[in-house]
Amino acid sequence: MPGPIPLPGRTGATAALVLALALPAAAEPVTSFTLDNGLQVVVIEDHRAAVAIQMVWYRVGSADEPPGRSGIAHFVEHLMFQGTDTVAPNEFSAIVEAQGGTDNAFVSWDFTAFFQRVAADRLDLVMGLEADRMHNLRLQEAEVATERQVILEERGQMVDGNPGALLSEQMRAAQFQNHPYGLPIIGWRHEMEQLSLDDARAFYERFYAPNNAILVIAGDVDPVAIRALAERHYGPIAPDPDIAPRMRPQEPPQLAERRITLADARVSEPYVLRTYLAPERDPGNQQEAAALTVLAELLGGNSQTSVLPQALQFESRTAVHAAAFYNGTMIDDATFGLIVVPAPGISLATAEAEMDRVIAAFLQAGPDPEALARIRTQVRAAEIYARDDVTARARRYGEGLSIGLTLHDIQSWDEALAAVTEADIMAAATRVFDRRNAVTGWLTRPEPAPDAPEEATE
Amino acid sequence: MIRTFLAACAIAFALPASAGLDIQEVTSPGGITAWLVEDHNIPFTALEIQFRGGTSIDNPDKRGAVNLMTALIEEGAGAMDSLAFAEARDALAAEFAFDANADSVGVSARFLTENRDQALALLREALVNPRFDQDAIDRVREQVLSILRADAKDPEAIAANTFDRLAFGDHPYGSDGSGTAGTVAALTRDDMLAAHQGALARDRIHVAVAGDITAAELGPLLDRLLGDLPAAGAPLPPRADWLLPAGVTIVDFPSPQSTVRFGHVGIPREDPDFFAAFILNEAMGGGRFTARLMTEIRENRGLTYGIGSFLVGLDQAEMYLGQFSASNDKVAEAIAVLRAEWSRIATEGLTPEELAATQTFLTGAYPLRFNGNGAIARILVGMQLEGLPIDHPVTRNARIEAVTLDDTRRVARRLFQPEALHFVIVGQPTGL
Repeated sequence: MPGPIPLPGRTGATAALVLALALPAAAEPVTSFTLDNGLQVVVIEDHRAAVAIQMVWYRVGSADEPPGRSGIAHFVEHLMFQGTDTVAPNEFSAIVEAQGGTDNAFVSWDFTAFFQRVAADRLDLVMGLEADRMHNLRLQEAEVATERQVILEERGQMVDGNPGALLSEQMRAAQFQNHPYGLPIIGWRHEMEQLSLDDARAFYERFYAPNNAILVIAGDVDPVAIRALAERHYGPIAPDPDIAPRMRPQEPPQLAERRITLADARVSEPYVLRTYLAPERDPGNQQEAAALTVLAELLGGNSQTSVLPQALQFESRTAVHAAAFYNGTMIDDATFGLIVVPAPGISLATAEAEMDRVIAAFLQAGPDPEALARIRTQVRAAEIYARDDVTARARRYGEGLSIGLTLHDIQSWDEALAAVTEADIMAAATRVFDRRNAVTGWLTRPEPAPDAPEEATE
Repeated sequence: MIRTFLAACAIAFALPASAGLDIQEVTSPGGITAWLVEDHNIPFTALEIQFRGGTSIDNPDKRGAVNLMTALIEEGAGAMDSLAFAEARDALAAEFAFDANADSVGVSARFLTENRDQALALLREALVNPRFDQDAIDRVREQVLSILRADAKDPEAIAANTFDRLAFGDHPYGSDGSGTAGTVAALTRDDMLAAHQGALARDRIHVAVAGDITAAELGPLLDRLLGDLPAAGAPLPPRADWLLPAGVTIVDFPSPQSTVRFGHVGIPREDPDFFAAFILNEAMGGGRFTARLMTEIRENRGLTYGIGSFLVGLDQAEMYLGQFSASNDKVAEAIAVLRAEWSRIATEGLTPEELAATQTFLTGAYPLRFNGNGAIARILVGMQLEGLPIDHPVTRNARIEAVTLDDTRRVARRLFQPEALHFVIVGQPTGL
């Protein structure tokens, strides 16, 4: 499914973003403090099982790459497993696995995160390892050359082999006219092929520092003990005085909508995908993002009851799938997306017209109060269900803090969602559905033309 | 009857008492049994139900009936049509999911304590009284056909379906449980009713529950939820013979990468050598970066993004499978390395260090799985499907640790059959 998904790390496991509606519980024991070297620490307690999770989130992502080096943030994430002065290449994972633990990492446009999941009494060990590679990474030509092949294979598997991923990549490049969000996280292949040891070292030295990181420890842990462990392992690492707030090139006013058709013989189900530039969550100001989150839920968050599936799958029967999606947890502009997979015999042009008809009708009629009430109930329930998954809770804090939100922003997100009114939703919808800010993509087969009745014979 | 004992996971680690897993066997007044772990920390309950049989009970000319029926369970029940049912479920903030695979039909649910009875009454209507309205059948059928069309152009699905067809032929395991465009198009409402009666029956139920509910509360709920299902379902399929000889099958597919699925016969779950085989596979192709295949093919040579192998235990067959993707010009080298590794481990078994590291990993990772009500309920129902005893969590790590170096050498000769490997390659590989 298209949408903003950060790259999974070293395994093929999908690292989908936490659903925006899955919320932290208000009463959960969460402790936060900052070490003298600027490392922010968050401790989330869950004593139901003797498991602990360590996550280190660096405030650096693919949108912080130097020009011409797309993919370097993700490449450095891979190389973080290739050894330090005291740990051999690939030994990091071996040590964690020898303790029964698991580890991995992931990168998005705005952050790079590393995590381990271990028995709670093994935290000391993995905190020592993670602190070590925060400042002692040792890069060698042989490992860099092999790992570059791995990321090229990764691009082949995840993007080049997948027409839908190629369309999303092309659409993002068109969506962002000036901001580096338009570059693929994994990188353009021709630039990935040229990434060097020197590029990796420069990127690592510029961005990997305690005052550019957030340490999240979650599970069966005691905040006082964690503070002592954090002081011991991370405390001695010197801060980098050159770390500065991230200022990326911003989007100019977008004046003209963009349209893209990607034709590929491997496409089985053509679809139309539209993304609009949309506001993101900002520190102290996430009300419009909350309204857009609820709007996405109303329009297409539920495959049976929401507006687009009801209209296109149940009533007009012009689609086999229709959805809306939005993730506002970004530093700079977010996107709001709509997708329609037409029913056999329905052209992409018709599917797009149907999609626009439903959106226009929604802008006239407004949300169904009962649907809004159900979403509020689900928001409240999501707080309860979310407490069952401590890893997801840890991600929510790490992700929010890494993009500059405050603990209060993160903890009050559920209240922000619950407070969204019909008027908020209509104001946000009216503002976001501006075709000048939109990219419309058609995924289709090469022959015959996308409108042709060939789809009917499928 | 309620039988309780403590299944402590504290074998590898000295876990505090709170981490012990107290699995109760609860039998309802009507005779339905469930495994329960009570945890009253969070006001919700996770429920897992599995009905043995799954898509393999399909009549061959109705292939896909169980799959389509399963997708229709949430599309209207009793007095509620599809929309009314979904609205009622969402108003309670209950979550239901239904899934069919080759061996079972699964139901996953979670619901709040505050409206537990209403949520379970709704789920009961879906399981016992699904409507199978014609418009819902037609709409969901189009979704299934859409997935079949997508699978026909998805290299991973092509590889898996090709491998299964070659391995099992006309047995249900040899074809996609979702059916074909032809069989799915022909399915009728009567077929849905028959599939429902055949698949969701009391003679094949396994239930696991974890969360904010007591054994006394659960018993009567089981009868209300499941007691009105038919007593007996459709016959289960026969044993599946393995038909696939060694070799290479190439499916031409225009892509810069090849997707490779490989394997040969596996080993039954109840075989005395299963634990040794489990350790061998973990060391060879487990999902860890230190496994041999990952080390040799990814870390040392950069030929792939990821490679893994899996012991697949179906009810009526056992497979030993693996999968990876590689650029078309690198797939031959990756397969050569893989064959060499398969021969090496068959001859040499594991090193003492590998055995110890794998045992430490497996025994250490096991208790970490039991985190959260949802995870615990899924593990417990999976244990029941595999025929494992209720005290398995207590004995499992000791059985891993009992495997010796000699066991791994003996079982490696049996498990790894380099001369029997078959490779299905979807792509345009060169140099093979």
